[in-house]
Amino acid sequence: MAIWVIASLTWRELVRRKLVLALLALTGIVIGVTGWGFSRVPSLHLAGHPLTQGEIHTAAAQLLLLVMFMFSFVLALTCAFLAAPAVAGELESGVAQSLLSRPLRRRDLLLGRWLGLSLPIAIYTAVSVALEFALVDWTTGYWPRLAIASGAALLVEGLILLTFTLALSTRISAITAGVISVIAFGTMWLGGVAGAFGQVFHNAAITNVGVATHFLLPTDGLWHAAVYAMEPSSFAGEASRGLGSTFASATGPTVAYLVWVAVWMVVVLGLALWSFEYREA
Amino acid sequence: MPWPWPTPFDSAPLEKRVSVTAAGTAADASPAIHTTGLSKVYGRKTALASLSMTVPRGEVFGFLGPNGAGKTTAVKLLLGLVRETSGEAWILGKAPSDPGSRRHVGYLPELFRYQAWLSAAEVLRVHCELAGLDRPTWVEEIRAVLAIVDLGARANDRVGTFSKGMQQRLGLGVALLGSPQLVLLDEPTSALDPVGRHDVREIVRRLRDQGVAVFLNSHLLSEVEQVCDRVAVVDHGRVIATGRLAELLGRPQVRVRCTGLGAEARGELSTFGKILDDEGWLTVSAIDPSRVPDLIAAIVAAGGRIYAVDPGQQTLEERFLQLIGDS
Repeated sequence: MAIWVIASLTWRELVRRKLVLALLALTGIVIGVTGWGFSRVPSLHLAGHPLTQGEIHTAAAQLLLLVMFMFSFVLALTCAFLAAPAVAGELESGVAQSLLSRPLRRRDLLLGRWLGLSLPIAIYTAVSVALEFALVDWTTGYWPRLAIASGAALLVEGLILLTFTLALSTRISAITAGVISVIAFGTMWLGGVAGAFGQVFHNAAITNVGVATHFLLPTDGLWHAAVYAMEPSSFAGEASRGLGSTFASATGPTVAYLVWVAVWMVVVLGLALWSFEYREA
Repeated sequence: MPWPWPTPFDSAPLEKRVSVTAAGTAADASPAIHTTGLSKVYGRKTALASLSMTVPRGEVFGFLGPNGAGKTTAVKLLLGLVRETSGEAWILGKAPSDPGSRRHVGYLPELFRYQAWLSAAEVLRVHCELAGLDRPTWVEEIRAVLAIVDLGARANDRVGTFSKGMQQRLGLGVALLGSPQLVLLDEPTSALDPVGRHDVREIVRRLRDQGVAVFLNSHLLSEVEQVCDRVAVVDHGRVIATGRLAELLGRPQVRVRCTGLGAEARGELSTFGKILDDEGWLTVSAIDPSRVPDLIAAIVAAGGRIYAVDPGQQTLEERFLQLIGDS
């Protein structure tokens, strides 16, 4: 099946270009460094007294959210950098013309690329998140209340940006697609911060900015879903009193929002297929 | 399926090799390429204007033109890589929008780039898979085309380590995979040395012998002149001349350096062809070559003194420059 031919070609490219090796090495370094940091938490003192188990969990959760926020940023950049040249780069270099001169449907080429990038991203996310959670549990005893859901939310956040960048890559140059994608990701995060700010000051207009960004490009919305799944219930309680932030969510995502994320993904992937179908090669 | 021809570097006798016809079945009578009024416009620029042509199976068709004339656009239209603004095209009887039209087509792009991180054999393997060739045939198919393009010794080397010429040879190998019925070659010798160019000409001739149609895009006139059955000359997106090479070049001419001919005698010579007098040289164009001795005898009989006779024909380059200049 042509989709699998292209997907396996993409996997081979990631291995041969040593991207997999780089991700493994960097993951190892990050796990090592953060592991050392988490291992120090139980021995910390507050006002001359050792931390209680509850305080250790709170400190570990705060640190975990910070680490995972950085991970979500790295994951988003990785997705943008991988997807930006996936179509545009091959069209610019001429490699795509050679492939498309075969009895290969364009949708198979694009879906093969999407699949070929999504699977390694899924494995990278699953391994990184599982290792980090296990490390935190081992060193501090804190385990996120919805561990699998938080990992899934982070993965879908990455896939959303990957799909968005891939769609841009069917029409504009690789470098422009990558830049737009990263700026859009950052803007959505800022929109989310603005929304939390609006909630604190009960300003509907600013709050609505945050709501709109969660629907426009649901990366920050999914980040908050991941936060809700990782944070202790006390964080959610504070957020529900209007103290929500990048690192605290009052509620988990609604079913309607999850449906919207699925629809968003399908629609943008569909637009990418339609765009590539009519792209002049 | 093993490649049926000897390679330029293969010394084994031809009759000992497997002979497989690469062309389609007799029942498949559609021409290799057929277009009617095929046009492509980018904004205000016409890249190709109303191209109508038919390339039968087994013919080597040269598509000539200066840089930017619309040659590559025509090939991309035929492969469905770009969409026509108007007109229609059929390739092996199918519309270019149908991926099945490319099942028996080989293509060497002008911008030949392949995955630098794959080996030559791996690139060919990917194309075997995409072309839908039977898996058991891949190894022999790859070995055969690598031998044809003289890359057998570099089969397992990464494409990224190849010179431009070697990458173009690999591209030619990709185009030859799977016994194609039509091969589209876009400037196939642009990166090759003289030996490589000779090899390409040999490969094209053998393709024709096997009944494979070849569409040769080139601005290298000598290349076209040596291998093509018919040519079309395109400039600024428009076909300005088309036909068999002999037709395109016109009928032979002969130039005679002579003195002593009066106006009346010159007039009588017009029965041999169109006469042009140019500073002592009498040029008789569109003359039947078998009548040249009669022409010489007539000049002598009319009292003329002959110093030189220069039979010849317009070269493709002269004709090409004339056509481009006229257009």
